[in-house]
Amino acid sequence: MIYTKDISKSYNNTVVLKIDELTIPRGQSFGLVGNNGAGKTTYFSLLLDLIKPTTGTISNNEIVVDKSEDWKPFTSSFIDESFLIGYLTPEEYFYFIGDLRGQNKADVDALTSKFEDFFNDEIIGKKKYLRDLSKGNQKKAGIVAALIGNPEVIILDEPFANLDPTTQIRLKQILKDLAEKQGVTILISSHDLMHVTDVCERIVVLEKGEIVKDLETNPTTLKELEAHFAGRMEPVEEEE
Amino acid sequence: MIKHFINLEWKQYFRSSYWQKNLALNILMVFLALYFIVVFLILGFALLPILKKVYPDQDPFIVANGFVFFWIMVDLLMRFFLQKLPVMSVKPLLTLPIKRSTVVHYVLGKSALSFFNFLPLFAIVPFGIMLIVNDYATPSVLIWMLAMVIVVLIINFLNFIIEAFSSETELSFLPIISLVAVLYGLDAFGFVSLSTLLGDAFLGIASNPILIVAPLAILAICYSFNFKILKDKLFLDSSLKSKVTEVKVADLSWTKRFGDIAPFMQLDLKLIWRNKRTKSSVFIMVIGLLYGLFFYPQPIYRDMVWLFPFIGIFVTGIFLINFGQFIPAWDSSYYKMLMSQNIKYEQYLRSKFILMVLSVGIMFVLSIPYVYFGWKILVAHFAAAIYNIGVNSHVMLFGGSFNRKKIDLNQRAAFNYQGTGAVQWIIGLPLMVLPMVIFAILNWLFGFETGIAVLIIMGVAGIVFHKKLMKIITQRYLNSKYKMIDAFSQDN
Repeated sequence: MIYTKDISKSYNNTVVLKIDELTIPRGQSFGLVGNNGAGKTTYFSLLLDLIKPTTGTISNNEIVVDKSEDWKPFTSSFIDESFLIGYLTPEEYFYFIGDLRGQNKADVDALTSKFEDFFNDEIIGKKKYLRDLSKGNQKKAGIVAALIGNPEVIILDEPFANLDPTTQIRLKQILKDLAEKQGVTILISSHDLMHVTDVCERIVVLEKGEIVKDLETNPTTLKELEAHFAGRMEPVEEEE
Repeated sequence: MIKHFINLEWKQYFRSSYWQKNLALNILMVFLALYFIVVFLILGFALLPILKKVYPDQDPFIVANGFVFFWIMVDLLMRFFLQKLPVMSVKPLLTLPIKRSTVVHYVLGKSALSFFNFLPLFAIVPFGIMLIVNDYATPSVLIWMLAMVIVVLIINFLNFIIEAFSSETELSFLPIISLVAVLYGLDAFGFVSLSTLLGDAFLGIASNPILIVAPLAILAICYSFNFKILKDKLFLDSSLKSKVTEVKVADLSWTKRFGDIAPFMQLDLKLIWRNKRTKSSVFIMVIGLLYGLFFYPQPIYRDMVWLFPFIGIFVTGIFLINFGQFIPAWDSSYYKMLMSQNIKYEQYLRSKFILMVLSVGIMFVLSIPYVYFGWKILVAHFAAAIYNIGVNSHVMLFGGSFNRKKIDLNQRAAFNYQGTGAVQWIIGLPLMVLPMVIFAILNWLFGFETGIAVLIIMGVAGIVFHKKLMKIITQRYLNSKYKMIDAFSQDN
């Protein structure tokens, strides 16, 4: 579904991302982990054509993202709060996104009604503007908005951050359902190794812009990841 | 501490992408400033001889003091629209070991260094020198000059008090206008002759230096009042307190008739109505509409036919200029989202275009009563409206692709009242002056009808080539997409 070839991004000759080849097949739930500055958000921004690659190309369903815009109808994303329109209510925001994705109000209502649990009665029908919601509730609205219009590719940057524990668990279930039952390709990034290994079939570790690990998730993955990151943090201990 | 603040601001200013992209505008501002300095200098030196000539039997010094009242009124009005309290992002400083009062003193002190405070000096000092040269007693002239400087500072701080209060209200400029109107009315209709009172007060200070204490006391009161207002605002919860307003949902289904751009039009209308910044540009339309009343009732202006298109462009295009110049920055806070969505740029821009055209149409219809002052005015306004629709609207959209300054609609930064200053009016000038010049030349060479016809033809040409122009404009936006995304995600 998503094919990355020779992509690199550098600012003032400092390379922040360099991936020679990465293929994400259709329907895979794909997790990206790495420390701050590893290039996770850069990769997602390139994938969404928000920044220009220095070299190389990313294609989404065989459409090169910075050449054509035809990938937009089947791709949706939530990167950060700047994806929200502060002066709309959550409902209005959902309808607006729905309009852009060819969904009428009934379609959008049908979809959002499935997330009543997830919203925990704090989003819909509150007559509040998005800008007046708490960070966590903003995130919930943004994530659900990214599910409108049956996208085939969903990109979520740090979806678990800022959410309360209950919502995190519910979100994991939603993401799993999407990938398993509906064959949606999901790309998420996270600092939370446990959540990522729970949700994703495959995990790629980025370090200083390069892929250093590419794992199929199995029961030992979490241990392996923890060992990897712990090792990087305290190299002295290992030597002893 | 002050050193740190200055250092921070220096970096904020020069490291913002706005500065780097708008060098030309900055240079223009410098030239404008120089122009005003020269004008004030000339005024300062020439005032005394002029007064002597116009009022030969009166003491020019007394006459000049009689005008101080009007100067204060005009200055207050100008400042309200042009001068903003210096913005400083205080949030990061709140948790650091800095006294709140230091921050406030700094912000207020910085405002005293504003260009608006120095400008009057260029008139006051030469006028004072002329007085001394003309054998007025040196000590009393010096005291008088000092009093004037204090008055300038009082106006400075008074303005911020007014701004602080009016920013709480919906019609932000109503308080200042009504205040000035009431004071002026009291004076003009002879209830209380404020201009004479004030004039006498300054004469009193000049002859009795002890009285300088009075303006000083007023200044101190204004300053401490500002200090109090700002210090109260310096808490996170007061600038962050979410005034959770109940959402009023208006029925916007009528926009559906515009077809595929309907979602954007709904979004734009909500944008305008639900944000303070944009809302004020709607209310400014009222001012724009009344703008003609400054000119047309006076016979001198009624003969200056060449001025009509200028007024016409302003009256019919005030929303266009005010709203249009911040396209697409209005959407800057969620620009990334728009760019990753399934949208066509052309639809997005066309929605803005239609909005501007609608506003021009409405303003023209509302300005029809000006026909009372002569049919030529109506014709000129019609031509101006066509020109606005055909030419200025496209220029605005095209210019928008150079826009690199983020507008924070959620605007919770303390001290940020209205956000824009003199710059926004300067950008509008060419849009109004160019058609006026074209018309004035043709009117002079060939007559009124030719001038009007050319303006209309230019406007119609723009409308005829609308599709083509939009294509070019859309391409411009596409080309600068990455740059805009990058600039809009910066905070300053």
